[in-house]
Amino acid sequence: MSQREHNAGEPADLVVANLSRRGFLKGLAATGALVIAANWGMPSAFAAGKKTAFVADALPHGWVDNPKVLLSIAKDGVVTFVCTRAEMGQGVRTSLAMVVADELEAEWAMMRVVQAPGDEARFGNQDTTGSRSMRHWYAPLRRCGAAARQMLEQAAAAQWQVPLGECQAQGHKVLHVPSGRSLGYGELAEAAAALEVPPRDQLRLKKAEEFRYIGKEAKRAVDDDDIVHGRAIYGADLRFPDMLYAVIARPPVYGGTLKSYDASATMQVPGVLRVVEIAATPIPSGFQPLGGIAVVAGNTWAAIKGREALQLEWEHGANAAYHSPAYRKALIEAVRQPGKRLRNVGNIDAAQMQATKTLEATYYLPHLAQAPMEPPVATALFKDGACELWAPSQSPQLAREQVAKRLDLPLDKVTVNVTLLGGGYGRKSPPDFILEAALLARELPGRHVRVQWTREDDLQHAYFHAVSAQYLRGALDDKGVPSAWLHRSAAPSMAAPFGPDSRHLQQFELGMGLLGMPSRLRNLRQENPEAAAHTRIGWYRSALNMPHAFAIQSFIAELATAAGRDHRDFLLELIGAPRKIDPELLGDTTNYGESPSQYPLDTGRLRAVVEEATKQAGWGQQLPPGRGLGLAVHYSFVSYVAVVLDVEVRTDGVLVVNKATMAVDCGPVVNPDRVRAQMESACVMGLGNATLSEITFREGQVEQSNLHNYQVARMPLAPREIAVHLIRPEGETALGGASEPGVPPIAPALCNAIFAATGKRIRELPIRNQLMDWKV
Amino acid sequence: MITLNLNGKDHQLEVPEDMPLLWALRDVAGLTGTKFGCGMGQCGSCTLHLDGKAVRACLTPVGQAVGKRVTTIEGVDQDPVGKLVQQAWREHAVAQCGYCQGGQIMAATAMLKENRNPDDGQIKAAMVGNICRCGTYTRIRTAIASAAGKLQEGQA
Repeated sequence: MSQREHNAGEPADLVVANLSRRGFLKGLAATGALVIAANWGMPSAFAAGKKTAFVADALPHGWVDNPKVLLSIAKDGVVTFVCTRAEMGQGVRTSLAMVVADELEAEWAMMRVVQAPGDEARFGNQDTTGSRSMRHWYAPLRRCGAAARQMLEQAAAAQWQVPLGECQAQGHKVLHVPSGRSLGYGELAEAAAALEVPPRDQLRLKKAEEFRYIGKEAKRAVDDDDIVHGRAIYGADLRFPDMLYAVIARPPVYGGTLKSYDASATMQVPGVLRVVEIAATPIPSGFQPLGGIAVVAGNTWAAIKGREALQLEWEHGANAAYHSPAYRKALIEAVRQPGKRLRNVGNIDAAQMQATKTLEATYYLPHLAQAPMEPPVATALFKDGACELWAPSQSPQLAREQVAKRLDLPLDKVTVNVTLLGGGYGRKSPPDFILEAALLARELPGRHVRVQWTREDDLQHAYFHAVSAQYLRGALDDKGVPSAWLHRSAAPSMAAPFGPDSRHLQQFELGMGLLGMPSRLRNLRQENPEAAAHTRIGWYRSALNMPHAFAIQSFIAELATAAGRDHRDFLLELIGAPRKIDPELLGDTTNYGESPSQYPLDTGRLRAVVEEATKQAGWGQQLPPGRGLGLAVHYSFVSYVAVVLDVEVRTDGVLVVNKATMAVDCGPVVNPDRVRAQMESACVMGLGNATLSEITFREGQVEQSNLHNYQVARMPLAPREIAVHLIRPEGETALGGASEPGVPPIAPALCNAIFAATGKRIRELPIRNQLMDWKV
Repeated sequence: MITLNLNGKDHQLEVPEDMPLLWALRDVAGLTGTKFGCGMGQCGSCTLHLDGKAVRACLTPVGQAVGKRVTTIEGVDQDPVGKLVQQAWREHAVAQCGYCQGGQIMAATAMLKENRNPDDGQIKAAMVGNICRCGTYTRIRTAIASAAGKLQEGQA
């Protein structure tokens, strides 16, 4: 039963449905208890604002808080939690389990985590993107744990025949307070499972001071022991008898097709068994595979050798004209001309006429590839009219729907099991690689078929982060106060692979750091000139926030310099006094899908992270030539992050980041160590993006082939110290994202620090050898 | 048929001598802790030990491993230094996605077996070939320093 079938305004009553125990329960059958299937109705949506529902309520299938779906307790007391979100390093399997365990009053050592297969009707929204797992699942999982705890208390009260009020769950057992008797959770599980889940309005949630795990400092990680022993299971680590291994030669240009091929040499390669043609998908290809020739073999190496021996002739199609230097030039031209007007406040032209100083700057950032260390990989078995798949997927429910559609199977004949992800960063959200495995499995029924992407495949056929150009023009009045601001941003859209290319960014992309800029500016204009897509554009950790934060935070520093002001003071003045703003008033109607009343843009919080980061970093200190501090702040995924980087540029052009100081306000924090880890990760990835990484196209083909020419951060680039200061906001604040918001401020903080160190302003990324000519 | 000594035990594998050790381990021997990341010695995800020295399995033909001791992440806890490094990784919660960490641990262990007191430059030099896309380098450095400290105390 789909949760969508319930009206949003319905009371939260328990709807018993006859759901199957397939999938995650396979390994749990013996544990028994608390597995009677049931489901809740959709909650009433937040009433505020124009929209009636916001994520997670507005996302497909919302959320689930039913312990009978998400928890089981075995007779030995082991609690098994079904994690519905994909683990890709953000620590979600640990952090979500902490939330449940805390409300359940469970002992951490007794917690186990299993991964849910793709099934949103049952598990709620599973799309692990957009830094939203904690903010959307915190409240439901607290309710889930509390409901199970109360059911255990009820079971104990019934067994002892005492009033419920005398029973108290504590440390994995229920205590009868007056007599001191107790029963363990394992002893109570079966009886508890037979009880009805208490209605939400009767749940007793813990007070914050009663938390045992939530918000507490500890280094917990449910998968760490497996990881350090090489036992953790990623996409390519499942083994099946008689498994077949495939690699695919795909059209090198987006939209290309196969003209002809000769596989005779391939078939001579020992171990190669078959060659299968996969039809190309016309542009826009959406989530569909690009097509090509699959070489199927008895092991991966034979498949790779077999592919090398293919003779292929491609029809490249219109995108063969895609050439990065020419596109760069055209994109920069485009932002120097007026574009589609997004927002216009006051009169920037009049303000500019009266200005004491005007300044303009153009910023350019290249395409990037996510390049997770685990390249895309998927395994499929097609048998008896059903398809079962195993994949490191950020969106298993999407993969399931797409496979069902492409193979023309009913949804219940498709199972997508989720392994650990060896990194995702957005790449493992589109299920193109999973569809490839499904198509090959249908050709080879009864055999498990694994499609392995090589690093070359990964870099050449990613859903690339958009190349972008931005033009900013600003004016300062006679007091050095900014009086006008023009921002034009052009980039191919993430929507382009899914329909006719409008050549304009979508509202949700404009909402990533362009619109919604809080400031005291009275004259402001934001525009979006056209940019066509010639490759698949996709999500890369923090997405359009990267270029927008880079341009805005660099340009504010440039204006501060022009005004002869301290950057921090100038920035704080531009942000203005602490206030809460409805992002819609700033033109941002998306706000990461969140309710503007629950998640107003809070300039007080924005100021606070700037103040904390600069204080902690010793802002204002005198540093020798060649060394400097750089500051940037950015609001994204409803969180606030400010960064100060302490940077040294040596006379040979070598850049050393001595220290990163990050101040973060992502609302209440469940797992402080993992939030810090995400910020450290964002910092290092942001430094790699800024200094090294670039994907370029020549004749429609990606020029980079592997990690020697698509460079990413290595150890020497990482700061010796990354100090992350978590600001816990006062009062009732909702949770914000943590995985992505650390990335956007890194590149501008770096370039602002380089300017402070050298006087050289960098407006194009990656920096690569732009510092070579620098002299003290 | 090729005989390889894997984590202290002899295994018979039916593979050609020129197959990279990476694929022989993963697809044939069933040791999947050694990861594929790039296939050309650029990322270090497949780092393992041949007679105690760190090598890239993707660039090492099976034939070259014959007659040598092959140690993978699954077997490195048999080595006291390896075990100490694994413990340090856990203490500092180094791993994020964890995919590269087997290779990182193998590289760090090989370095510490040669040099029980590495300075920062030596750590960087030994680890520069191992990419972590999650960017856990700062914690990796801390974990290595902490493991080295324990080696100084004579814990292994």
